[in-house]
Amino acid sequence: MITIKNLPEPEYFVGHKACGGCGGSLVVRWTLKVLGERCIAVIPAGCMSAVGFIYPQMALGVNAMIAPFAATGAVLSGVARGLKARGIEDVTVVGFAGDGATADIGLQALSGAFDRRERMLYICYDNEAYMNTGIQKSGATPFGARTTTSPGGYRPETDAPKKDLIRIAAAHGIPYAATASVGYANDFLKKVQKAAQVEGPSFLHVFAPCPTGWGCDADSTVRLGKSVVDTGLWPLVEWENGAVRLNRNPARFAPLETYTGEQARFRRLTAADLADLEATRDRQWRALRAWVRESAGM
Amino acid sequence: MSQLAFLSGNEAVAEAVRLCRPKVVAAYPITPQTVVVEALAGMVESGRLESEFVHVESEHSALALVMGAAATGVRTFTATSSQGLLYMAECLYYASGGRFPLVMMNANRALALPWNIYGDQSDSLALISAGWIQAYAETAQESLDMIIQAYAVAEDPAVRTPVLVNLDGFVLTHTYEAVSLPEPSEVDDFLPPPVFPDDYPGTFDLARPQSLAITAGPGDYAVFKARQHWAMCQAAKHIRTTAHAFRAAFGRGCTGLVEGYRSEDAEFILITLGSTAGTVRVVIDELRASGQSVGLIRLRYLRPFPTDELNDALFGAERTVAVRALGVLEKDISFGHQGSVALEVKAALYDRGAGVPVRNFVAGLGGQDVSRAHLADCFTELAATLDTAARVASGVRFVGLKDLVDDHDQEPA
Ligand SMILES: Cc1ncc(C[n+]2csc(CCOP(=O)(O)OP(=O)(O)O)c2C)c(N)n1
Ligand code: SF4
Repeated sequence: MITIKNLPEPEYFVGHKACGGCGGSLVVRWTLKVLGERCIAVIPAGCMSAVGFIYPQMALGVNAMIAPFAATGAVLSGVARGLKARGIEDVTVVGFAGDGATADIGLQALSGAFDRRERMLYICYDNEAYMNTGIQKSGATPFGARTTTSPGGYRPETDAPKKDLIRIAAAHGIPYAATASVGYANDFLKKVQKAAQVEGPSFLHVFAPCPTGWGCDADSTVRLGKSVVDTGLWPLVEWENGAVRLNRNPARFAPLETYTGEQARFRRLTAADLADLEATRDRQWRALRAWVRESAGM
Repeated sequence: MSQLAFLSGNEAVAEAVRLCRPKVVAAYPITPQTVVVEALAGMVESGRLESEFVHVESEHSALALVMGAAATGVRTFTATSSQGLLYMAECLYYASGGRFPLVMMNANRALALPWNIYGDQSDSLALISAGWIQAYAETAQESLDMIIQAYAVAEDPAVRTPVLVNLDGFVLTHTYEAVSLPEPSEVDDFLPPPVFPDDYPGTFDLARPQSLAITAGPGDYAVFKARQHWAMCQAAKHIRTTAHAFRAAFGRGCTGLVEGYRSEDAEFILITLGSTAGTVRVVIDELRASGQSVGLIRLRYLRPFPTDELNDALFGAERTVAVRALGVLEKDISFGHQGSVALEVKAALYDRGAGVPVRNFVAGLGGQDVSRAHLADCFTELAATLDTAARVASGVRFVGLKDLVDDHDQEPA
């Protein structure tokens, strides 16, 4: 079993221009260590493509291409079909797309690829905004977060939190989908390994802090990646062949301020906001646990 | 031996694609292209074509998908029309910039609004600068032949530029004619294999990993774009050599990017593209019978633009009579200026064609019938330009509009 301690030595994402502490770049780097050289990576417009393919300095040590912003799922499908037509079976086709590229503009192409059961591993690194264009609100921006297009802190029209990508993936009936966080590396790495072995599409939704966009320290990435899970704001969930499992099912959550307090984007949150956030979180967990029971036929 | 088949333009394209053996086909339905997609799906299902047929969720995905497939080093195909072509617009530039050797068929159709499913050339002309070789077929036979040649040109390592083969919606896509259908082995001999060699440039390499579809800053970007332009200009030569090779192998086909009809001794010439050329030929024969000095030049390719060929055809040594006036007949209007093809032609003639009036006839928008009478009128008007050259040379004449509305001549003075 691969863990953070025995990750393979070779580096496949080096010399890129991501900011210090970039969670997205950790997702790419760690994933490629798990998958190894025989893989083809597709990365749409967004931070990871912007920092990794600047001619003539290519940062990817595996075959890779940038996809049009909306087309990650389609380009992945094309690569997978091309390999299939050539009879090449031992190459992993992996996508690394931001939350905007996944939850918003690329959702149509992703849905199509899921529906066709393409042999691909799709990883959404979620930094909760359009970072590459300068921190605008996306369909994955959480309640209260300041972005440049929600300068007073994002107030959703509904009390639903950000788009629920794991349920969207599961609703397509794909064989494997999971959430993960860079704060819980071993859990994430295990899921990458599992997802890569699945026949057909698999999906990982990975929490990936962005110090530049969130106003937090460059060394807080892993810490925030843990506290978001410990506060219950980012459940670690696995959907496998029709059943949902909670990888962590805490009886009590850490106080929300241990997570929000480290980030400038949440500075405007009032005590009442935090109470709202807590209520939403608890409602989410009740729904999640109900989903687990339901999927287990209980 | 090749055999004769009774095929529509769309069916001829589907048969051509089958013969070219693409490994991945992805397409989204839109009238009047759907027949191609349906036919190919049927061929894959029945085993007549061994290919991955992918049901995509949009045209944007269709083109993005075949790009991904081409990056793995295999031949691909997609087809679209009108709204679908514009929906792909981003990917058109992406594919040409990435130098993916794709072939796509476009059924020329009007653009909404108003909604209209019938033929005109506004769609492909809107994207003339997208970096694709643009071919315009006149007949179903030429459609089939152009598709086969398109793969040879696009995949030539010196070209690596995608090709868009255009068929006039309905008038060509849905009209039947006898088409000579080559044997698969003949096309196999003509084209390189549909799986590219391992060292084919611009594809993934499992031994030496490659980054494709990259980013380039202000300095490098300009160099990439200049190279792309030069490759496209070079493509003209490859289109001609490919057409010669095709002629040698199959015994038919035009070898130039332009084609003349009774033009060498014509004082008045209509320049057009696509299926309308057929009607123009008939009208020319009729007018010639009554002693008029009229001819046709058909543009088979708009990109690369055949500037030299066109000038040679109009002003070259082969001519026996000097050109007195030219008309550009097209199914397109660039609002607020003129038809796109007229603008292209005028730019190409700037150096050698000084003093020859060029009249722009916009016809057939949204499937409007272009009749023999309309075309005869065009030639009559061309002769009239000699008297009023200054005024009419810059104007746009909407052919046939006076049959429809009273204020057909409302262009402000
Ligand atoms: C069609 C299109 N629209 C808009 C853009 C501009 N754009 C490039 S990257 C980006 C934001 C990407 O956000 P996300 O997918 O969340 O990834 P991140 O930058 O946060 O890594 C946007 C809006 C584009 N490249 N293409
Ligand atoms: S802005 Fe954020 S996501 Fe983008 S490179 Fe910097 S840290 Fe990473």
